[in-house]
Amino acid sequence: MLDISSIKKQFPIFQHQPDLVYFDSTATSLKPKIVIDKIKEYYEEYSANVFRGIYPMYEKATEEFEETRSIVSEFINANKSEEIVFTRNATESLNLLAYSLGRKIIGSGDEIVTTIMEHHSNFVPWQVLAGEVGAVFKVVNINDEGYLEKNWNGIITKKTKILALTYVSNVLGTINPIKEIIEAVKKINPNVIVIVDAAQAVPHMKMDVQDLDSDFVVFSSHKMLGPTGVGVLWGKEKYLKEMYPFMYGGDMIDEVYIDRTTYKDPPHKFEAGTPAIGEVIAFKEAINFLNKVGIENIRDHEKKITNFAINKLKDTFGKSIKIYGPKNIEDRGGIISFSFGKFHPHDIAQILADSGVCVRAGHHCAMPLHTCLNVSATVRASFYIYNDESDVSRLVEGLKKVKKILK
Amino acid sequence: MNIYQDIILDHYHHPHNKGKIDNPDKTIQVKNPLCGDVIEMTVLFDRNKVKEIKFSSEGCVISQASTSMLTDYAKNKSKQELKKLDSKFIIKMLGIDLGMNRIKCAVLPLEALHKLL
Repeated sequence: MLDISSIKKQFPIFQHQPDLVYFDSTATSLKPKIVIDKIKEYYEEYSANVFRGIYPMYEKATEEFEETRSIVSEFINANKSEEIVFTRNATESLNLLAYSLGRKIIGSGDEIVTTIMEHHSNFVPWQVLAGEVGAVFKVVNINDEGYLEKNWNGIITKKTKILALTYVSNVLGTINPIKEIIEAVKKINPNVIVIVDAAQAVPHMKMDVQDLDSDFVVFSSHKMLGPTGVGVLWGKEKYLKEMYPFMYGGDMIDEVYIDRTTYKDPPHKFEAGTPAIGEVIAFKEAINFLNKVGIENIRDHEKKITNFAINKLKDTFGKSIKIYGPKNIEDRGGIISFSFGKFHPHDIAQILADSGVCVRAGHHCAMPLHTCLNVSATVRASFYIYNDESDVSRLVEGLKKVKKILK
Repeated sequence: MNIYQDIILDHYHHPHNKGKIDNPDKTIQVKNPLCGDVIEMTVLFDRNKVKEIKFSSEGCVISQASTSMLTDYAKNKSKQELKKLDSKFIIKMLGIDLGMNRIKCAVLPLEALHKLL
């Protein structure tokens, strides 16, 4: 059991806004003091660049920066820390893959497979790439309960080069059985490279990239209590070595001549230019925080609160609320997207905001999924370690107010 | 300030000028894909002036109320007059304080109207 009130004390935002009910951690999480303090420490005490100077402050900054890489590596059980590439966010990690891997291996007539439940960042880069090189862009559908169709035999062929899919849907909350999917897919074609968008998974549940046997996994620091401006690309070393660089410039080159350039080994090959140093350094404090709370405890807490919220919403509003996604709580992350009566999601979110409850309204960067659900927008409430049952009650009261105001 | 004022809600529940003109001079459809709002507007001119204007739409309270009020305003106004309207006019017309994100809902009917002129 998480002690929510003691956790909340470690997030300064609740001192500034004591009545805040924050249900939008799927968009970005709140930040604990320990993370904010670490950013300040870097800027106040050793704000040098990394990998270049030979004075003590530079060494301290580089050590702190590289320590985060090791901690990330351990957190997701990577084989070695050289497999961890820092980007700006999960979106950039996916775009990096579309450029550096996709443009290397995909040709005319090849197939790229993704799913209808993807965030635009794991959909559009592949759609555009397929269009550019004349590849086939295949989209796996979902059933009525928000599960992916299981017929991989009908989807994966000898021509499939890449399967890019999400671990947890940012709208439906569906937790895809990634390990089973990878097994099934590689049985059909062992050469398919599997890319997992784990932006909604790594902050909330145990991630073991070796056990999963995925080829690439991407996620963002800012959704897991860390600073904005830091994303992670984990990839198997053999692929990282073969891939094209992403951007060219400082820190990523080995030697430059008038007629040619050689590049550093991964991960530095993909980290051109000065990175978000303070933010990367502070990211490790977010992971330390998550480790202290315990990732299994976080998952348990989210299951409980999600279950409580679904039941409470259904008991209170009956058929006037429609909740999307799996009914089985074991298959669902801490995300509830819903439609409420005939009310427009923007009006619902606005009235909830007036009561201090922050939810998201819109298509949540998943327009193909909303088209498939036959709605233009939904309301989304998502949970994390600072939410408890009293927050859910505030949501329910807020929805009663929506009904009262808009009738 | 609460944006769901009585006058706004009244236009939302009982929109003016809802429907379609049988033989319109022009029909237009505008969309806001982010929230899924859609407005279809039809117009009939009498020389340079709007004689009749009607709409059908799907959307939030703000976009519905704004469309209802704007179509009321547009009647018997000249094209030149209507072309001059901007988002400041819409905010004044609604009489509420709209945040950065909701202003898009409020000005969607203005986009439709301008495309009809």
